[in-house]
Amino acid sequence: MSEIRGIYTLWLREVKKFLREKPRLINAICQPLLWLFIFGTGMRFSSGMPGINYQEFIFPGLIVQAMLFTAMFMGVSVIWDREFGFLKEILVSPISRTSVFLGKMLGTSTDVMIQGIIIFPFAYLIGIPVHIFMVLEALPLMILITIGLVCIGLTFASLMKSFEGFGLIQTFINLPMFFLSGALFPLANVPTWLQWASYVNPLTYGVDALRTVMMGDTWVQLFPMSLDIMVLLCFDIIMFVIGKTAFCRVE
Amino acid sequence: MKPIIETFNLKKQFGPYTAVNNISLTINKGEVFALLGPNGAGKTTFLSMLCTILRPTSGTALINGFDISRESAQVRRSIGIVFQDPSVDTDMTSRENLQMHANLYSVPVSEQEERIKQVLELVGLSGRADDFMYTYSGGMRRRLEIARGLLHYPRVLFLDEPTIGLDPRSREHIWDYIRNLRKREDMTIILTTHYMEEADRLCDRIAIIDQGTIVALDTPSVLKQEVGGDIITIRSDKSQVLSDLLIQDNIAGHVSYHNDEIKISVQDANFQFPGIVEYAVNAGIRIDHVTITKPDMNDVFIHYTGKELYHGETPERTGRIAMMKRRRAR
Repeated sequence: MSEIRGIYTLWLREVKKFLREKPRLINAICQPLLWLFIFGTGMRFSSGMPGINYQEFIFPGLIVQAMLFTAMFMGVSVIWDREFGFLKEILVSPISRTSVFLGKMLGTSTDVMIQGIIIFPFAYLIGIPVHIFMVLEALPLMILITIGLVCIGLTFASLMKSFEGFGLIQTFINLPMFFLSGALFPLANVPTWLQWASYVNPLTYGVDALRTVMMGDTWVQLFPMSLDIMVLLCFDIIMFVIGKTAFCRVE
Repeated sequence: MKPIIETFNLKKQFGPYTAVNNISLTINKGEVFALLGPNGAGKTTFLSMLCTILRPTSGTALINGFDISRESAQVRRSIGIVFQDPSVDTDMTSRENLQMHANLYSVPVSEQEERIKQVLELVGLSGRADDFMYTYSGGMRRRLEIARGLLHYPRVLFLDEPTIGLDPRSREHIWDYIRNLRKREDMTIILTTHYMEEADRLCDRIAIIDQGTIVALDTPSVLKQEVGGDIITIRSDKSQVLSDLLIQDNIAGHVSYHNDEIKISVQDANFQFPGIVEYAVNAGIRIDHVTITKPDMNDVFIHYTGKELYHGETPERTGRIAMMKRRRAR
């Protein structure tokens, strides 16, 4: 019981902190708009994708991108906690390490979900007919994407000693995972090496699954839905185990 | 008196370096106990082991009857900790910081609000409960950390350098709160410090710790007594020569040489001082300046370790002096 209370406390802290930081929320709303309306409009009218509205095409990709970046950034907040000493207060409490990890993980995941959901209403602006069933189908997929990403963020945070390495995460995790996910361009016509590089990226399956839900018949699925979900599930489980192990080793 | 903390040959090694070397001591219920020593003496390492943050290399300790190695959860519930470095979440209000702590330590929800009010009152922060921590001064943050350490009714409160980096006024405040706390809350307080004044004024017993071992442990008054009733400080153009001679011929009490000054601890300066002057005159050494004082903790520390607690000195310099002294002692 005391463990559950501890997890709830840590979850609440993460969410409170996320919602309190106004600049981050403004950013969360505005950045996808830039992608959607400047990048999206530009690409829509210059590169031909017959039969497909490019803005509609990148929309699920942008949700995944926003979640990816938020997950990395919020996960790395563990380093802030360590820098400012608050991590010590948590780690010497009677709450077990596993519960601390769970609290942090669930809290950050909630932040990431909020970030993803913020973008949803923009679908109206580009003419995607959002209805309740689409949202109900998309949300579980987003949760599956979130957990794995958050655990990656927490793993790096546990391994990094200072904030200086964050730039490396940006270059070697965020951008490759984003570019290789099929979020910005379809993977059907690219060279084989790029295709394979994308197929080892779990986000590719997340983007594929979200597109299936949001674009309906205009999207030709890369993989069957069951495979997408299986890959995401494995991604979550593996990253959870790695993240928890790394976090439990933090001194 | 019942013991609340017992350590048994507690030892911590980092590679080849021994930070804490086989410390065994007993601290009684209700005591205010100080660990006094210079930076790097092993105080924080010793404390970290008691708080179950660090695993001992060998030996163990009992806190409130629980073993620090095998029953860390129970130990953690029995203790409150105020770290040397700040550890509040500055993006939260002080009430939120306290609520988080109460939840992590399973303080019953029904008592939470009342208890938070109590501890805030105790450290004089009642009016600021809903302000964000980043608006607090360093001294106020420290006080909130003390309040937080108390929140879950710990049996033992650890304060690691509670007044480090604070201005004299804030320091006096913290001392008042610690004294107050002792009266109001029935608990044992253990603090580390390198301020002699702090140990002297707050504590029932003091352990002087140097290079991982306890070199002396007693009440402040006994420690001072052991050093001698008076301290004669002599300055001369040949201080070092005189100090060597005094040691060599075993003229009076305990002699130490430091910073061009000779400190001699004697039982009664009124009787022994003339003899020392006579000895110096016979040796052809002129005494420039003399002061006679009652010993303070700094003198105690020099007496036991042969070096001064760092007072605007670099550790290297103190180390060199200690080496010189050891060489001379042979």
